[in-house]
Amino acid sequence: MAKLQSTFKNMFLSLFVISLVAAVLLAQVNKMTAGPIAAAKTLKLENAIKEVVPEFDNNPVEEAYKIPAPDGDSLLVYPAKKGDEIVGFAVNTYSNNGFSGNIQLMVGFDMEDKIVNYAVLSHSETPGLGSKMNEWFRNTAKPNQVVIGRNLSEGNLSVSKDGGQIDAITASTITSRAFLEAINRAYATYKASDIGSGATGDNQTNNKTGKGEKTNE
Amino acid sequence: MNKNLNVIVNGLIKENPTFVLLLGMCPTLATTSSAINGMSMGLATMFVLICSNAAISALKNLIPDMVRIPAFIVVIAAFVTVVEMVMNAYVPALAASLGIFIPLIVVNCIVLGRAEAFASKNNVLASALDGFGIGLGFTSALTLLGAIRELLGTGKIFSLSIYPENFGSLIFVLAPGAFIVLGYLIATFNKLQKK
Repeated sequence: MAKLQSTFKNMFLSLFVISLVAAVLLAQVNKMTAGPIAAAKTLKLENAIKEVVPEFDNNPVEEAYKIPAPDGDSLLVYPAKKGDEIVGFAVNTYSNNGFSGNIQLMVGFDMEDKIVNYAVLSHSETPGLGSKMNEWFRNTAKPNQVVIGRNLSEGNLSVSKDGGQIDAITASTITSRAFLEAINRAYATYKASDIGSGATGDNQTNNKTGKGEKTNE
Repeated sequence: MNKNLNVIVNGLIKENPTFVLLLGMCPTLATTSSAINGMSMGLATMFVLICSNAAISALKNLIPDMVRIPAFIVVIAAFVTVVEMVMNAYVPALAASLGIFIPLIVVNCIVLGRAEAFASKNNVLASALDGFGIGLGFTSALTLLGAIRELLGTGKIFSLSIYPENFGSLIFVLAPGAFIVLGYLIATFNKLQKK
C-alpha cells in the first residue's frame, strides 16, 4: 500500500483514528486496573495504621474522620478500637519543609499520648540521606535518635541542634526537622481537638467525634 | 534469521543506547540508585519500545509524513500510560520508587528515536526485534549501573548484602556517583569495543 499523502483530510483522519484507538485502549486498561490500584492504596494505608497503633479489631479506614489543625488545615485521624474501647489514634500528618518538599507520615499515639510508632507514607528526600528517616528514628540501639515511646505532653520534639532532645539524621538536619515538625503537628492537632483533650479521662472512649464533650464536663 | 539476530545484537552492543548513543541519560542517571530500580526502569522502557516500534511500523503507511511526530507520540504515550497503570496496580512499591520517570518514558529520546530511525522504515517483525534489542541494551546498561552504584554505596546488590553497609560510600547512591560510574562504564565499553 502506498504511503498516504500529507493532505489536510489524510492528516486529520490519521491522527483522529490513532487518538481514538489509543483512547479506547487506555479506557479498557483503566477499567481493568482501577480496582487493583484502589485495593493497593487501601492495603498500604491499612498496613501503615497496623504498624503505628496498638492491636485493634475495628476498621480504622472506614471510621476515619478529619480534625482541624491549629494552622487552618485538617488532618485525617484513624481511631483504633479493641471491642468498644479506643486503644489509640493513627494520625496522617505531613510537613512541607522537607529537603525536597512534602513528607507524609502516619503517627500513632496511645491513650497516654505516647508515640507508639510511625510509618513514612511518602517522601522525596535524598536517597541514602534523608530517606533514612524510616529507620533512624526507631533505632533502639541509639536512644537519642528514637522518637517511639516519647510523650509529647512534655513538650514538642526538636533536634538537638535546636536545643531539643532528638539527634538528627547525620547530614540531614533539614529532613529531621521536617520529620519532627510533622510529628508535632500530628500531636498538636490531635490534642487541640476534642478527642485528644479528653484523652486522659475515661468516659470519652465511645465518643467517636467528641464534639461538645468538653462543655459537658 | 541471522539478520534478525543482528538487529538484536546491534541494539545490545553496537548501538547500545546508553554507552554508545548516549540517549535517555535522564532516567539513566536518576533511576539507577539500586539495581532493581535500574532493571525495572529498563524493562518498562523495553516494553514500550517493543510495542511502539511494532505499532508504528504497522501503521507507517497510514501516517502522513507531516503529522508523523504527533502520531508517534500518541502511540508511545498510550503504551507508557498502560505500563504506568499496570505498575500502579500490581507493583505499587516499585511504581512509587520510580515515580515520575515512568510517565517520562514518553519523552525518552530512545523511544522516539527508534520510531523515527528504524520502525518507520522497516517491517513489523524487524521493528519489534529492534525494540527488543535496544530495550535489552538499555536494561542491561541500567542494571549494571544500578548494581555498581548499589554495591559501592550500600554494600548490596539486589538488596543482597555483600559487605557491611557502613563501609559503603554514600556518594555513589547520590547524583555525583551516577555521573562517575557512568563515565567509567562508557570508557570501559569504548575500550572493549575498539579491540
